[in-house]
Order: sequence, then structure tokens, then C-alpha cells
Amino acid sequence: MVDSALNNAAEPRGPKPKRAFSRANIFIYGTLLLVSIYYLLPLYVMIVTSLKGMPEIRLGNVFGPPLEPTFQPWIKAWAEACTGINCDGLSRGFWNSVKILIPSIVLSILIASVNGYALANWKFKGSETFFTILIIGAFIPYQTMLYPIVIMLREIKLMGSIWGLVLVHTVFGMPILTLLFRNYFTSIPEELFKAARVDGAGFWGIYFKIMLPMSLPIFVVAIILQVTGIWNDFLFGVIYTKPDTYPMTVQLNNIVNSVQGVKEYNVNMAATLLTGLVPLVIYFISGKLFVRGIAAGAVKG
Amino acid sequence: MATVSVKDLVLNFGSVKVLRDLNLNIPTGEFLVLLGASGSGKSTLLNCIAGLLDVTDGQIFIDDKNVTWSEPKDRGIGMVFQSYALYPQMTVKGNLSFGLKNAGLPKAEIEKRIERAASVLQIEPLLDRKPSALSGGQRQRVAIGRALVRDVDVFLFDEPLSNLDAKLRADLRVEIKRLHQKLKNTMIYVTHDQVEAMTLADRIAVMSQGIILQLDTPTTIYNRPANKYVAGFIGSPEMNFLNGELSGAKANVFETSDKKIKLTSYEFSDEERNNGQQAILGVRPEQVAVADQATAMPVTETVEVELVEPMGADTLVWSTYAGQPFRFRMEGTANVSPGDKVKIGFDPTKASLFDTNSELRL
Repeated sequence: MVDSALNNAAEPRGPKPKRAFSRANIFIYGTLLLVSIYYLLPLYVMIVTSLKGMPEIRLGNVFGPPLEPTFQPWIKAWAEACTGINCDGLSRGFWNSVKILIPSIVLSILIASVNGYALANWKFKGSETFFTILIIGAFIPYQTMLYPIVIMLREIKLMGSIWGLVLVHTVFGMPILTLLFRNYFTSIPEELFKAARVDGAGFWGIYFKIMLPMSLPIFVVAIILQVTGIWNDFLFGVIYTKPDTYPMTVQLNNIVNSVQGVKEYNVNMAATLLTGLVPLVIYFISGKLFVRGIAAGAVKG
Repeated sequence: MATVSVKDLVLNFGSVKVLRDLNLNIPTGEFLVLLGASGSGKSTLLNCIAGLLDVTDGQIFIDDKNVTWSEPKDRGIGMVFQSYALYPQMTVKGNLSFGLKNAGLPKAEIEKRIERAASVLQIEPLLDRKPSALSGGQRQRVAIGRALVRDVDVFLFDEPLSNLDAKLRADLRVEIKRLHQKLKNTMIYVTHDQVEAMTLADRIAVMSQGIILQLDTPTTIYNRPANKYVAGFIGSPEMNFLNGELSGAKANVFETSDKKIKLTSYEFSDEERNNGQQAILGVRPEQVAVADQATAMPVTETVEVELVEPMGADTLVWSTYAGQPFRFRMEGTANVSPGDKVKIGFDPTKASLFDTNSELRL
């Protein structure tokens, strides 16, 4: 009985064969395809519209590809579109956003990582209370704080300046970033920290020489969170800056929502795509690290 | 070379008392093992000595210097951890030199010390590798090297072999013992493994619930355990405990069910004992003689085999004596099976007698 089963070549042996077009596969890939088309269609419409001239748009064929592709709308959106008295397009807003973004990211991540490190490894009396208060801060609706911040910025003479907005972004990024870093540093084995202390490293020595080199993924996560958050911010931008220092999102809104003249859909689409380009590029560059960092931070909470 | 002493040490985590009024004196060059189950406070005590935990009360002296408030690096200690705790981004060389660089030693001196430690531990070929490219045994060797290069007088080991497989554990155990014989440093070693404790220690401190139950040489702890907990914790398979009571004018007869065991030549401790007192007699399975050898023993009995556990070198037999479970050890070649009758005997002078209530040695 056993012998015959062993000698029979038709008996199952080795890896189980899989069919490429099984019913389950067709169902899964079909659903995925459908959902991605649904999701990507608006992006497609935006891209083709931004490449058409106004006469072609007036024909009303929204889904048709451009018959005479032109980059004029992109150039106009970037350099020529008018908002109020400034007619230099989105470029001014882009550079304002960059000037806001870089110091905000550097400041908030530096402070939050040290915060998280201290809360995870150098527990002091009341450190848990401090952490809880910080986290509660993340749940207070922004709207309640808008006007008090206006007054505070006015008092320290930063109202309307780029540095005022940098300060606001740094403060508002603190709870979530601290949580992120604290959880990551808690997941690093405590014995490593103890070993470094026995080896004579102090607070900053351990931070720079032991913790930092081990935490690249979580820094990438923090950078992505901050880039997208700050770049896409509209509320703080419109309130705490003035026309000269408006970030890109506010300027985009002013271009798209201008009431005089003809609605230039192609320019609007190009401007919107330009504004969304920065977070998109960041995602493409660091997608893998992002997933790794989120997973690493999620292990222990 | 340095002594380590701990005076009235108390450590509380909130309302939980982890260490209670602990006193401990370790002379220069001694290998002391802190042995206990998890949660006994042994690792906590080691962390206190290392300065990684702030004590609630009490003092710690290393080399007669009060280090209770000193930073770990200023205590003259080197520490080896269970998880190795090697810095993953540095090479083996970087790991070894990290502490020395922090101490601001000149480059030539650092090189010299690394070279010496590497040759002692035979890790010279690994110096340029990252920890992730090392095996468990190699990693722990590097971790020991990190303590070695610091040129300290006191070595602290926090369950250093627990993460290794059985064979490597035995190899490294011997290596640590050899290292101690060569360096003659004071070493404090935390473990829950009694084999490690017995083989390595000059003295063992058996801990439970934040106190030291017995502090003595391995031989004394094995042969004359101070209480029932220590008796049960040390020795594998576990000691047999027979419940009964003392009788006779001098209270030197142990009665259990219908058996009377005379303890005339037993070395009683200073604990008070009375006629009629409830007591426990502990007999180690390996001290029970079988068959012909049993005849010569003061106490003999024929028992029925209930269960047999062959372990290669010897065979553990489960049976019943005086109505209570009783295990004993036979030759590995012994051919017994459940239902067989075996003649056993033991010498009550070598047994341990405990009070049932206080569980202290009588």
C-alpha cells in the first residue's frame, strides 16, 4: 500500500501547483483594477485638461486626450497668473512654502526627537503626566486656538511673518511627533541604553552616538508627516501670513477662486498639480522607508 | 581589586517593595552568584550596584568608597547583559572602544587594550565585523570584551548565557570561569540557572521576594539548605519532602504515617524544636541508595515503581514512600518498569529537616 503510493509518479509531490487565472485571482485583480481606475480618473482629467488650450476645453470633451498639447497653462500657472496685484504666478508662493517648510521640519523634528528620547529613556518624576498633557494637546480643535495665537504672535512681533508660521507649525507638530519618537525609542532594547551608560556616555552622547544612528526609519516617517502636513496646510497659512508671505496653498486658492475674467481651467489644473508635486515626490522617494518606519513604530506603544 | 558591599539596601517601585533591607559583603576576587526565580529581585540588585537604578534607601560601597550616588561610569564596573546589548551600527572594534573614547583615553592605549581583550577572548578575526554578522556566542564574547577593556575591578553579569543554546552555554560557562581564574576580579553574576550557579560560584546568594534567603558556598547550600525554599530550588530533580512530626524525649525521631526515622546522628541547627512539632524531612533523589547498596542504609523500604524517566546517564524513578510521592535515582542502565518492586534506603543524617510553619532548617 505504502510502496505503491511511493512509486506512483502521479501522487502529489513537491510544491502544490497554482493556477494563474483562478476564480479568486480574477475577482481580486478585477476589484483592484476597478478601484484604482475610480481613484485615478480625476488625476487623469486634471493632467489632460492642464495640457489643453482654452478653445479645446470649451468643446466640453472632459475625458478626451489633448489634440494640440501645450505647456502654456503650466508656464502661466507658475510665472504669470495674477493674485491681487502680484502677477508672478505660483512661484512666489512656492518659495514662501519652501522657506516655511524647511525651518519648520528641522526645528520640530529636532525638538520632538529629543523630547521622545527623554520621555522614553530618561524618565523623570512627572514625565508620564507631561507626556499625557502633550498628547491631550493633539486633541484640542485648532479653531479654539486660532485667535489666541494671533494675539501671541502680535505680542512677539511675528504676526504676518514667515517665522511666525514656522513657530506655529513647530508647536502644532510637537504632540504627534513626540509620540512617534517616544514609541520608537521605547522599542529599542533598554539594555543598549544601560550598556551605553556603563560605557560613560551621557544624555547627548547616547542620543547622538547610539540612538540617532539606529532611528533613520522613524526620522523618514517624521519628515514625510511634516512635509505633507505643512505643505498642505491652508488654515494657518491664510491666518498668520500676509499676501507677500502667503504659502503656495493660499496662493493656489487665490488663483483658482479669482472672480474676475474667464475661468482658466487649464491654468487652474496646472497650478493644483504643481502644488501637489512636492508631497508626491517625497512619497515616491521614501515610500519603502515610510512603511518600514510606521511598522517599526507600531511594534510597541 | 575591589570589595563590594551593600548596606540596608531598599528599593521600591511605587508601593511594590522590590528589595528589602538587603545586606551583602563581597570580598576582593570573589565570584558571587545571585540566584533566584524571576521576580526575586536579583537583576534589580545588580542594576543598583551598577548605578542604573536609583535606590530608595541604603548604601553601596565599591572598594570602600561610597558610590550610592555615583554615575555607572565612575563606579569601576563593567557589565555584561543578557541580550548582549552591542551597538548595532558599530563594528566589534567600535563597540570595544566606545567606552574608552568616552573616557578620553589616548589612541595608542585604546588599541593596546582592544588587542589584549581580543586575544584573551579569541575574537581578533571578528574586530571589523558588525554585530549582526556574529553568532550568539561570538556576540556574548564581544560583550564580555567590552567589560574587559574597561580594566575594571568589578564585573557584573546579568544572565549572560540565557540567550544561548545549551551547548554554547556550557562552553561559555567554562570560559567565564577560566577568565575569573586568570583575572581574579570580583565578579557578581545573576542567573536563574542552578547549574551555572553551582559550577561558577565561590558563594551563592539565593534570593526570593527581595531578600537573600541563604548566602553560602555551593556545597553548603546543596547539603545544608537554610530553609525549604532553598532546598527545593537547588538540586534537580527536586528534593523529596515528607510531611510528619517529631517525637521522642529529645524530639529526635521523625514520624510519618507508620514510619519512625531516628535522627540520632543528624546535625541539628540552633532552631528550637519540641516533641510533637510538625516537621518536613527532605531527601534528595540522588542520595537514595537502591537494591544491594540500600541494605547498608539506616532506613530501608521496598517500594513499587510508578513511573520511569530515563535520562541517559541515570534513570529517575517515581514511587510512593510512607504514603507520599517519592523520587529516586537509579543507574542509567537499570532495567525497571512500572509495577516492579525496588528496595531503597537512605541515610537521615544527610537529609534536611525543616519546621513546617517557619520552613526553617531544624
